[in-house]
Amino acid sequence: MLRNRVSKLAAAGAAGAMVMAVAACGGSDSNTSATPGASAPAASAVKVGLAYDVGGRGDGSFNDAAAAGLDKAVSELKVTSKELEATQGETDTQKEERLRLLAQGGYNPIVAVGFAYSGSLAKVAKEFPDTHFAIVDDDAATGANIDNLVFAEEQGSFLVGAAAALKSKKGDVGFVGGVDVPLIHKFQAGFEAGAKAVKPDIKIQTKYLSQPPDMSGFGDPAKGKTAAQGMYDAGADVVYQAAGGSGGGVFDAAKASNGLAIGVDSDQAALPAYSAVKDVILTSMVKKVDVAVFDFLQSDVAGKFTAGKHVYDLKAGGVDYSTTGGQLDDIKTQLDEFKQKIINGEITVPTS
Amino acid sequence: MSSFLDRMLGRVKLGGWLAVAAPLLAVVFAAVITSVILLATGKAPLEAFNALAQYGAQPRTMVTIINTGTEYYISALAVAIGFRMNLFNIGVDGQYRLAAVVAAGVGGAALVPGVLNIVLVIVVAVIVGALWAAIAGLLRVTRGVSEVISTIMLNSIATGIGSWLVKNYFGVLTGNELATKEIPADAHVPGMALIPGTQLQVSGFVVLAIVLGVAYYVLLNRTRFGFELRATGKSESAALSSGISPKKMILTTMIISGAMAGFIGMPELLGSSYKYGTNFPTGLGFTGIAIALLGRNTPVGMAIGALLWSFLDNSSDTLQLLDISKEIVAIMQGVIVLSVIIAYELVHRYRIVAEQRRVSRELAAPKGPQQVEGAPA
Repeated sequence: MLRNRVSKLAAAGAAGAMVMAVAACGGSDSNTSATPGASAPAASAVKVGLAYDVGGRGDGSFNDAAAAGLDKAVSELKVTSKELEATQGETDTQKEERLRLLAQGGYNPIVAVGFAYSGSLAKVAKEFPDTHFAIVDDDAATGANIDNLVFAEEQGSFLVGAAAALKSKKGDVGFVGGVDVPLIHKFQAGFEAGAKAVKPDIKIQTKYLSQPPDMSGFGDPAKGKTAAQGMYDAGADVVYQAAGGSGGGVFDAAKASNGLAIGVDSDQAALPAYSAVKDVILTSMVKKVDVAVFDFLQSDVAGKFTAGKHVYDLKAGGVDYSTTGGQLDDIKTQLDEFKQKIINGEITVPTS
Repeated sequence: MSSFLDRMLGRVKLGGWLAVAAPLLAVVFAAVITSVILLATGKAPLEAFNALAQYGAQPRTMVTIINTGTEYYISALAVAIGFRMNLFNIGVDGQYRLAAVVAAGVGGAALVPGVLNIVLVIVVAVIVGALWAAIAGLLRVTRGVSEVISTIMLNSIATGIGSWLVKNYFGVLTGNELATKEIPADAHVPGMALIPGTQLQVSGFVVLAIVLGVAYYVLLNRTRFGFELRATGKSESAALSSGISPKKMILTTMIISGAMAGFIGMPELLGSSYKYGTNFPTGLGFTGIAIALLGRNTPVGMAIGALLWSFLDNSSDTLQLLDISKEIVAIMQGVIVLSVIIAYELVHRYRIVAEQRRVSRELAAPKGPQQVEGAPA
């Protein structure tokens, strides 16, 4: 009878569970694996804690840039590190818990990647006055033990906007933003100003992938692809994306429609993750989160922590455009002219 | 005979030791499968379970688990009201978010002082949630549109309206964060220092959640409306012929479900962040669906489910400290829901077979002339 068999199955399942539990017992004591960084003989006593925004290490964009800075610190400064990642849709309380867990575990300094940590970092930094914190992209959380690492995204975006306008044959370019938040508005404003500085009557299409508090637009390549495809179909030939993990979809769309795309945050044409689409990546607006994170860790390890706002702009080399792939070689002099004008203050780039 | 759906949604009750066997079986199932996955990824399961247990035993963690669980529980209640009469309100997510945006805007404007503001915020949230759910109810009753489809679409629309409201009317920009104006301090709902050994306080909304849980039980089991609701859920045609109007029931149930959804965002809004911004929790409506299934729509079952879910959600950082990917938490949650459904189904079938055996034994025992050819199904 079938039903007999079902009840036997249940019994067998229960028995199997016990066997598994025993097996698990045997496995556990031999499997206390050492973490890679901990085995380095010259390791300094500094334990760095790093809390990522949604997407984490491997997003090929913003979080990866922070990860690169951390990796450099691990290899050059011989610090050990622990990385924790945020979950989609979590609350401030859960972010606070993550930072507390790191601070309590003796991690010092602690880097919070992304403005989403603003409120939670301000709170936790007060509870742990002897721990040094840094937050990327936020200057609202301030304190004697908080270093604010902020960028002039609009300046870098201006340059790639100019590049897009110079390379566009149809006089029609696009901007894909991850989530409709003020931070991404800076990218858009700079891009538009740069494009119009080259060609005042240029057509600019704009699309945001999600509306806050839905932050999925930073991690959904399918949405990025659909949006960019729409722009190419409507006549654009260069699309700039500031969409974190969704950006890969924009590159795919560019490849499919023989268009060009502009990357963001990291030099994306040089990333292995995008090697299949690197020929459509005209340039990337490089936001050197890695430099900022490394600088912070280096000065902290050297005992030279300074609280307050550190602005990484064109002048400081915090933002730039990338030349990997050589597609900008013919217009590089024009772009560098713009760059110099921004650094001199001849051009002031709007932020919204 | 009960259908699989009836058994899955807990409309058929188990008695005696079987009621204990099913959840136990589910826990064992889930532990085994998670262990296998951990082993397959080269991690020691016992180490992981041990870390989870230690993390869960800390006073601070307990407070966090209870506070997150409160929101999950209210969400599960909102979903369960629909489930009990075969209405799948997938739109709880949009209902609570839209309710929270509007309530946050009204609360931030500080139209009335102190406690009155708390009451105003909650009333506004409940009304907005109810109205938003009523749209799906009306579409179903008048045009026959499946509430599953309409509520999913309404979720999207709610997101759009919400961010439009924040951008154009309620929003205040701080750094890179755009959020509604903070609700003034005199309208913050205080926490309770229930658990010693930590500064964190248990949200005052735990009381509200318990009241809502009791209200849910009383409404469904002790009122005429509840009887009609369950009757309509079991058979619409039978309900109709006994004088119940299914259309009225559908609309009313959607509205009550939506009103309940209005409460979901309140612990966060009035007890924790005091504003609606980019860090406002999303997806609680979907969490509620899983917990309603897990708790089989019973008030106590869902409370346990909500706490378990909250424990797992909050423990992802601890697992990451052990270099275990945080996605393992999502796998565990999925496995637990499936285990519960499968375990209850197995136990139900076992009960049916046992019953048949007993009947056939009783029939066979007296040396009567009747010949029993196998038990009737």
